[in-house]
Amino acid sequence: MRIVLAEDHALLRAGLTQLLEAKGFEVVAAVDNLTELERALDDPSAEAAVVDVRMPPTFTDEGLRAAIAARERRPGFPVLVLSQYVEQLYARELLASGEGAVGYLLKDRVSDVAEFVDALRRVADGGTVLDPSVVAAVLDRRKDTPVDRLTEREREVLALMAEGRANAGIAQALVVTEKAVAKHINSIFAKLDLPADTDDHRRVRAVLEWLRF
Amino acid sequence: MSSSSLDDVRPGDVSPDGGARAGRWTVTGYAALHVLLFAPIVVTFVLVVVSSVLVVVWVGILLLAGLLPAMRGLAGLHRSMAGRVLGTPVPAPYLPLTGGPLADLRTRAADPMTWRDLLWMLWAMTFGFAVSLLAVVLFLAVVTLPIWWYGVVPLLRGRAAVDRAILTIGRTERLEQRVEALTASRAVVVDHSATELRRIERDLHDGPQARLAAVSLSLGLADDLFDSDPEAARRLINEARGTSSTALGELRDVVRGIHPPVLADRGLAGAVSALALDMAVPVELALDVPDRLPAPVESAVYFAVAECLANTAKHAGAAQSWVSIRHDGAVLRGEVGDDGRGGADLRGGTGLPGVAARLAAFDGTLSVSSPVGGPTVVTWEVPCASSSPKTTRS
Repeated sequence: MRIVLAEDHALLRAGLTQLLEAKGFEVVAAVDNLTELERALDDPSAEAAVVDVRMPPTFTDEGLRAAIAARERRPGFPVLVLSQYVEQLYARELLASGEGAVGYLLKDRVSDVAEFVDALRRVADGGTVLDPSVVAAVLDRRKDTPVDRLTEREREVLALMAEGRANAGIAQALVVTEKAVAKHINSIFAKLDLPADTDDHRRVRAVLEWLRF
Repeated sequence: MSSSSLDDVRPGDVSPDGGARAGRWTVTGYAALHVLLFAPIVVTFVLVVVSSVLVVVWVGILLLAGLLPAMRGLAGLHRSMAGRVLGTPVPAPYLPLTGGPLADLRTRAADPMTWRDLLWMLWAMTFGFAVSLLAVVLFLAVVTLPIWWYGVVPLLRGRAAVDRAILTIGRTERLEQRVEALTASRAVVVDHSATELRRIERDLHDGPQARLAAVSLSLGLADDLFDSDPEAARRLINEARGTSSTALGELRDVVRGIHPPVLADRGLAGAVSALALDMAVPVELALDVPDRLPAPVESAVYFAVAECLANTAKHAGAAQSWVSIRHDGAVLRGEVGDDGRGGADLRGGTGLPGVAARLAAFDGTLSVSSPVGGPTVVTWEVPCASSSPKTTRS
């Protein structure tokens, strides 16, 4: 798979390139500034991007903005945003840029190579991957929304869905059978009024619904 | 906290050129009014002096409670007349009044301006009165009309200048007050930043520094064990990875405490929106800050909002809170409120006084309204012009 990589720290950029190539990805562009990133994202042969939030020239949020802009031009273009810190505000903006195929992770997660590569694959497959710290922050908040109708267990399942796990992964994390997970998920869809569609989109929409409040 | 700003010292006060000056008819009218007010001034002066003596038998306190405002009224009237004659306003820098009648009386009695008012009455009853009387007589005596024609305006301007000299503090005194206020707020800010630096140093020393040393140690051990016991080496590397993650998390917290990244990225409005998202209590936002503000102001106001919202979450037991911030190009005004149980006090704790001190460094003011039973509303004002946007975005 052909990946665009944007990261302004030379060491991290080299490390990430090495890591991705070792895991069978092809890094078509490894850039360190906004202009080059925009050019690389316009390359139609790129299949996904891994983008740092901050980079030159202003070192604020140009990476995020560029990723969102790219998804406007190419709907559903998979983007995994890596950041030194995670902000709910940015997670929402990213999620609002289309259904699925986005991820937002802390840079430290890269140290768990298998998890990170798995996350990138899921994003490339159209899934949604959110950093556990964003998920935890949302969980902490009291809400008065349709999400309140969920049971404690269903909320746990939804949180793991938001982290981008498949049913098998959720079952493993909660030590239940996959069948039980599927049952919970169906119940979540029902409670959030998400009518049958393709299953993947419903998952993303359930997560969106949950983040919205 | 008193609100004073550099605007209080205007060049116009020392070179009274701006504004329309009164003509000879108007100044004659004022002179006539001065003459008519002679009797009230004398009566008030005598009563004030007598009451001050009677304070020892308590009756004086009652009398003064009524007389001091009357004296201010008379002085105020003359201030505005002198202002018209000179063409520049004559400000009345009294100390702000607070609370009950007794406290107000004490404030008034201790106000140096009150003593100036008394001094001014002495002048207004004697030479000042003579000048005004002369102006009126020159006009009424018909034969002296030519003298009146040319002389009345300088005469009354002279009197008004003396009135102003006594009735308002001079530029020097205002600058002295300003220097005093700045010295106080600088001391607080210096103190605050020293405390902050110590806290940051301690946080870094106890957290990330120690952990990174441990990472380095684990990796060294792993290197050593690599050939003899690869399993143990792998365990050590895993451990090191976990420790470095924790160190990164701690560094993030330190950075957030110094300058939140989202504030740098998005400015005040964006950062406050992000704060609101993290709140357990729903926060209604009304943010109207079109431009980026100077970074120190953004930071101080951000931490003010963060402190207020943290208080709401911790103490208020509120179901709803709101934040409104508006920048009109010159002044940033904001408000954080909640429908909780109230009882917040600017004097209690360290959070709000700290915020007030930080805002004072920018000539900002903060006030808290929080009756027991709620609601709590914290409002602040910081004079500041917007800086040019830090980023150029298409």
